Parts: sequence; C-alpha cells; structure tokens
Amino acid sequence: MTTTLTKPPADAVPEPPKRSRGMKAARAGGQLHAGPVAYVILALFTVISLFPLVWTAIAASRDNQRLAQTPPPFWFGSGLFDKLEVAWTDANLGEAFLNTTLVAGISSFTIVFLSTIAGFAFAKLRFKGRGAAMLIVIGTMMVPPQLSIIPLYMMVAKLDWTDQLQAVIFPSLVSAFGVFFMRQYLIQALPDEIIEAARVDGASSWRVVWHVVFPTARPAMAVLGMLMFVQTWNDFLWPFLVLTQTGNPTVQVAVAGLGRGYTPDQSLIMAGALLGTLPLLIVFAIFGKQIVGGIMQGAVKG
Amino acid sequence: MATRHDTAAPPVKEGGAAPGRPPADAEAARKKRARLSRRWQRDMRWSPYAFVSPFFLLFLAFGLFPLLYTGWASLHQVELTAPTDMSWVGLRNYTRIFDDDFFWNAAKNTLTIGIISTVPQLLMAMGLAHILNYKLRGSTFYRVVMLAPYATSIAAASLVFVLLFGRDYGMINWALNAVGIDHVDWQNDKWPSQIAVSTIIIWRWTGYNALIYLAAMQAIPQDLYESAALDGASRWRQFLHVTLPSLRPTILFTVVVSTIGASQVFGEPLLFDANKGASGGSQHQFQTLGLYLYEQGWINQHLGRASAIAWTMFLILIVIGIVNYVISRRLRASS
Repeated sequence: MTTTLTKPPADAVPEPPKRSRGMKAARAGGQLHAGPVAYVILALFTVISLFPLVWTAIAASRDNQRLAQTPPPFWFGSGLFDKLEVAWTDANLGEAFLNTTLVAGISSFTIVFLSTIAGFAFAKLRFKGRGAAMLIVIGTMMVPPQLSIIPLYMMVAKLDWTDQLQAVIFPSLVSAFGVFFMRQYLIQALPDEIIEAARVDGASSWRVVWHVVFPTARPAMAVLGMLMFVQTWNDFLWPFLVLTQTGNPTVQVAVAGLGRGYTPDQSLIMAGALLGTLPLLIVFAIFGKQIVGGIMQGAVKG
Repeated sequence: MATRHDTAAPPVKEGGAAPGRPPADAEAARKKRARLSRRWQRDMRWSPYAFVSPFFLLFLAFGLFPLLYTGWASLHQVELTAPTDMSWVGLRNYTRIFDDDFFWNAAKNTLTIGIISTVPQLLMAMGLAHILNYKLRGSTFYRVVMLAPYATSIAAASLVFVLLFGRDYGMINWALNAVGIDHVDWQNDKWPSQIAVSTIIIWRWTGYNALIYLAAMQAIPQDLYESAALDGASRWRQFLHVTLPSLRPTILFTVVVSTIGASQVFGEPLLFDANKGASGGSQHQFQTLGLYLYEQGWINQHLGRASAIAWTMFLILIVIGIVNYVISRRLRASS
C-alpha cells in the first residue's frame, strides 16, 4: 500500500504493446519458434484449464450413485438436461439469473460511464489536485474490500435493504480500476489536437465528451464493460452477506446454497455450478480475444 | 487556476469561442463574446471536477467512509442484532482477538495458504508467459483458454474441486491410487486441505497472471535480445539477464496484488468445508482470516470484534507494503 501511495504502479504497469511496431515486427525480426516441448506444456495446461469445467458437465449428467463409485465417470451420462432443468426451477436459479443480470448490467454500465468521464479528466484535463486525486484512485485499488463490509452491512441494515438488490448494486457502482484503465487508454488513444480542434469550434466540455471521447474510447469501454460484468457476475463475499438464498439471491449465492444443504445432491450442485458459469463461458468464447487484449492492456487485477 | 489542456493550451481569450466572426454589430457582439467567454472559462474550470466527482462521491460513501468507520467500530462493542447500538470499549476487541488461539491459527493458515497458492501460481504464470512469447500456432486460442478459469466463479470452482478432491470417490485420489499413492484426506488433514484450497486459487488465477507477464514481455525491445545473443548469451541466460530484469516492476506489482488477494481468501475455504460452517474444517485446519472475520461477525454476531480483525488485516497489509517498497528500492539501487 505504501508502495503504491509513494510510488504509484503507473510504472509498475507494463506499457501496452505498441500495435504497429511492437510484437509482430519484433517477431518477424527473429523471435524464435516454439519447440515441441512448448506445445506439450500448452496442451497440458489447456487440459488442466478446461477439465474441471468439462467435468462439471459430466458430473451433472450422472446420478449420485454413479458419482459415488470408483473410478469416477469420465464421460457424459444421459441426465444432463433433466438436472439442469431441476436446478433451474427448484433451486430458484431462474430468478437468480434475472437478479444477477440486473445487478451486473447496472453496475458495469455505470462503472463504464463514470470511469470514462473521470478517466478523461485525469488523462487530458488539468485541474488543481489532479495528482493527489489520482493517487487516491490508485491507492483505493489496493484497499481490501473486507475493510468496508462491516459498515456497509450496518448501512444496509439501517436502510432495511437486506435481501434487496440495491444493497448489492450501490457499493459496486464505482471502480478505481475502471478509472485507471480508461485513463491509461485515453492518454495514448486520444490525441490532444482533436480536443483542441473541438474546443476551437466552440464545443463545451460535455460536447467534447459526447462527440470525441466516447467514440474514441468505445473499444476500451466495451472491454471494461465485459471485465466488470464478469467481476460483478462472479462476486461472492458481499452478495453472500446481504442476500439470503431465499430472498433475492444472485447466481453465486444460489449456487453456493446448493452446496450447503444437509444431504447435498452432488449432481444437482454440479448442474447449478455449470449454469452459473455457462453464460460467462459463452461470452468468453465469443469475445475472448478482445477480453484478453483488454487485460493485457490494463494488466491489473481488478 | 484556469483549466488547460495538457500540452498546448487553447486560446481562452476574447473570441476564442467564436473564431472568424466579422465585427458587425460591435457592441452586441462584444457582449455576446464576453458572455460566451465567461461561460467558456467556467466550463473549463469546473468541468474536470464534474467529471471526477461522481466517482469520488460514490467512493466517499462506499469506500472511504466504511474504511474509517470500520476503525471506529473496532473500538466499540457492536452486535449484529443491533448494529446501531455501540458502546465504547477502547482496544478491548484487539486484545480479545490477540488472545484468541483461533486468530493466530487463522493468521498462520492465511500465510501458508497465501504462500502455497501465490508462489507456484506466479512461477507457472511466468513460465507460461515465456512460452506464449514464442512464435506460436494458435496463440490466441491458448490465451483465451487460459482465461476460462478466471471466468469461473469462486462458488462454481470450489464446489467442483470439492468433488474432485473427495476422499473416497474423488478423481484426484483415484488418480493417485492408480500410481500407487494411498488415499489422501484432502478435507480433514491440515496440509492436504490447505493444498487443496490453494489449488482452487492457483487454477483460477494462473492464466490471468500469465497474460499480465506476457504483456510486459512483449514490451521489451527486441534489440536487447539481439545484442545479448551477439554476446553469446544462451536462451536461458537471456531470460535471466534480459527478461527478468525488465519484468521487475510487473513482478513486484503482481506480488503486491496477489498478496492482497491472498490476505482476503474467503469463498474457497468457506465452500470447501464439508461441515458447511465458517470454521474452516473440523479442526480449523484451513480457516483463513477472512473466514475468521465472518465467523466472529456473522456467526458469533460480534461486529466490533470483526471490525478489529478487518483493521488488523489492513495494518498487516500496510506492513507488507512497506517491506515491498523497501525491497524494491534495494533492488533498484543495486541494479
């Protein structure tokens, strides 16, 4: 923490690779091909990364008796869709999906909007206290969330928001990481001349944001939006504290609830776990490349 | 203090807002210009604050205020059932938890789980990034696959690993049996259970960290490698003397972030527990500080004591931060 306050990670964060001249040109200029060993290691790692996910589906497709035998099943049984249906209806996952979509949607949209305008101000505008404010932003990225859960819980209890979705939404409307991410992007992606040109044409600051900053930042906004959606979708500690499984659970709370019964139905748990993860895996399958690029540009753990 | 752009300041002078207008009705135009100019200046001065203030207002309400209030609450006796009833107890919450063996046990577990999850994770991430930095077929595919565990939630991942680590029918013990190793009780024995919890963390975060290292590696200028090769450095020596030094800031950064993450481990041990409690196993063998905080605050209902745990964790992190800073300065000075 002190590290960051005295020496912000601005220099600890790798410069994003220069698209034009960086990687590709450098590779052409003599980067070595990977040998067979590299491919073996990567294949092994692919299996390790994907196996638990695939096996979730396998376990969900088997009944509990089969799961309680050795060797464990390695291939799908016939019960997958039945189990998914049971998890969806009986375990309240349908409602949980709606809740989580709402929470993650509102949070990520607000985070992206607020981060973009704040990031723009930090990247391109001069104002008194800018340096200090940026230090605060970076410093907050390092404050563990557990430090604030107790007063937040008191606030929620006092407002009578327990089991209400706004209890989850409000604390997740800001992200210091988001501000930092947009600032880094806008510093390099938005030339000062364009802003000046808009200024000369008499554009107010809001018009500059609307007509210059937003269009320029769109790719970064999309990536940040996806990252924040993933993060809010997977958030566990805080929703677990303020939402009960019977009230207004998010997917993660509902899934965790499946595992906490007294006689847990293993294959039902696996079906729930699969359902809770599937939407994000689909998003990753489609936008994986962009998300990877975004993480490598921001290169900070949210 | 007027607001300007970073490099070239735009002319915020008379007429700056309406260039090239012919001086027709002189008096009216001058007034209009003055008004526009005033509005312009107001806009230039205050809009930066307008842009950053929503973030800071929300941050004050949901970040800074809770942070300070946790410190305040840690000096009181507060019960979960009546969170607004606070009575001053000074430092008693702190002495109380420091006298509690379970606190020290949780602190030790957090440390060991932190080490056995962070060290292999970052080493493997470094190796993977190094491989991915070669010219490679299907490199995008590997990057996306590596990130799939990151897209998996703590809840889903933990529940799957509970089954995989099952004592009697779990796949991992079955595989170990196949190579002649006896059953390991992944849930009830101290070290196996901590290794199992760490495995979940390693599985989720290795790919993510590999991408961060890869990004940093790609920013290293290629000529550094070329001149090292000309000097006769082997690939391994190039890695040691070119790659690693260039990555030092990134490594430091991932160490700091992983340390903070490790200090907060909560969901994995909570869901790994067969008894579905917050004790971190029947013998508290994998209870982390995060779980201990939850147990004190939400099971035993002592929010004041939980606050004291939270602040203790914060202070420990600050100490780690200072140590990190000193080490990084030493490293920088020596190079």
